[in-house]
Amino acid sequence: MNHNQPVETDNDPQNELVTLNLGPTHPATHGVFQNVIQLDGERIVSGISTIGYIHRAFEKIAEHRPFYQITPLTDRLNYCSSPINNMGWHMTVEKLLNIQTPKRVDYLRVIIMELARISDHIICNTIIAQDTGATTTFLYLFQFREHIYEIYEEICGARLTTNIGRIGGFERDFNEIAFAKINKFLKEFPVALQEFESLLNRNRIFIDRTAKVAEVSAEKALDYGWTGPLLRSAGVDYDVRVSDPYSSYEDFDFEVPVGTSGDIYDRYLVRNEEMWQSIRLIEQALEKIKHEPAGIFHADVPEFYLPAKEEVYNNMEALIYHFKIVMGEIDAPKAEVYHSVEGGNGELGFYLINDGGRTPYRLHFRRPSFINYQMFAPMSKGMLLSDAIINMSSMNIIAGELDA
Amino acid sequence: MADITNQELTALLTERFGDKISGVNEPYGLLTFETTKDVVITVLEFLKQNSLANFNFLTDITAVHYPGRKHGIAVVYHLHSMVKRIRVRVKVFIDEHHPEIPTATTLWNSANWMERETYDLFGVKFEGHPDLRRILNMDELGVHPMLKQYPLEDPNRVDKKDEYFGR
Repeated sequence: MNHNQPVETDNDPQNELVTLNLGPTHPATHGVFQNVIQLDGERIVSGISTIGYIHRAFEKIAEHRPFYQITPLTDRLNYCSSPINNMGWHMTVEKLLNIQTPKRVDYLRVIIMELARISDHIICNTIIAQDTGATTTFLYLFQFREHIYEIYEEICGARLTTNIGRIGGFERDFNEIAFAKINKFLKEFPVALQEFESLLNRNRIFIDRTAKVAEVSAEKALDYGWTGPLLRSAGVDYDVRVSDPYSSYEDFDFEVPVGTSGDIYDRYLVRNEEMWQSIRLIEQALEKIKHEPAGIFHADVPEFYLPAKEEVYNNMEALIYHFKIVMGEIDAPKAEVYHSVEGGNGELGFYLINDGGRTPYRLHFRRPSFINYQMFAPMSKGMLLSDAIINMSSMNIIAGELDA
Repeated sequence: MADITNQELTALLTERFGDKISGVNEPYGLLTFETTKDVVITVLEFLKQNSLANFNFLTDITAVHYPGRKHGIAVVYHLHSMVKRIRVRVKVFIDEHHPEIPTATTLWNSANWMERETYDLFGVKFEGHPDLRRILNMDELGVHPMLKQYPLEDPNRVDKKDEYFGR
């Protein structure tokens, strides 16, 4: 169907359909993407998704940038959990270069990635509540995203597009204020999350709007390539952190919550439980760090790790390595590597081909939002428009990750 | 650990497809092999249906452009067996002047947008695809921009020549 054409009708008002342009800048889409929907009353007859409104050709740009300059591009994929993207990219390059990071670096990365996961899930779950009319819960919980951003700010100086860390570790160690803020967050956030759950989990209106809406079977979810909380809510216990552990996730004790029916209520519950598990992971990581030698925040790989500025100005070797890394002259093997991490929305994969040049020969991002979203239009058929809106919110489609 | 090793998987594939499976190697432990476009869907179907392999999940489809080669476009499939906990990478090299390959949407619905993206960026025509249109770029864009002959920036600019930047 071409959406520029008027809809053909036979002038029978009973058969007439209404075309609704939902997006690209509709407040209910929470991002820049469009759905052209044919409505019969309030029921959706058919829908077409149009995406690409913020396509920025990152894969093309990445072919012209040395490895360390690609980190800021990954920020802008899922900008609600940038640190996970950054870490995923660093780990991809480390896998290519065969760098073993120290345990303390891995645990610091777990802390920052789980904070990012919490901030991602806060956005999704509060927006589901907001779209069902529960503004209070949105206001209660959303301020904790701000507290997480303050922690990022303490660690790397940025808030939304973090560019956090380096290939081989972090650019600097976490300072005392950062740890104090993490501890404060761990004390305050569970109280707020408890309150959030007590307002919604058994709320009659919320359950009426979400339970048994947009149910998805496990087979269908796998067929459409769903990963992350969406797949787990349909009953498949697939989590990259468990199936292909990275960043020493195998050292941690945590549970993977699984739903049964894949409806919106299950997706909400799975995300909430994942936030509790993330808190457990951060607590364990803070405990484990105490047993590791202090002050180590990067792997000892001077030829790949961008040195600190004061060393560059005072130390010949650091100056040479700095020059080589900045010019993209590092000695990387000619190889191809696929690495994936559990992003906020699912399996975030990096497929990197290096041909020995200054820049990647090819870099492809497997973006969970892009692959999850293709089920939206087919599954909306026969659904009420108001249900389709919450369905979209519960899929947590982030336009940056959708379009790359 | 995975329930099936890369060697067992390779043996399984060569037994079934013989010399249609070539270029087998394991970069960073991920089994990679090449096949041809006339059997690729059969190979993928075999990997999906075979109870020893059980690759139930299509992780990714993308393409790579190698200009100057006889078969200049590689279509790359990443499959994942969540049951056996193993991944595999399947490559098909096709002619860049006639980039045609059968669609995988018959096996996985998730292939739909992945193939549309690959078509949009590389111009690979997936035969039998239900709705092969551009997805990220505008319909009027005459080119497939990820092909290597298209430069990143306006080639007429004199202040941003690649050699000034060591590129």
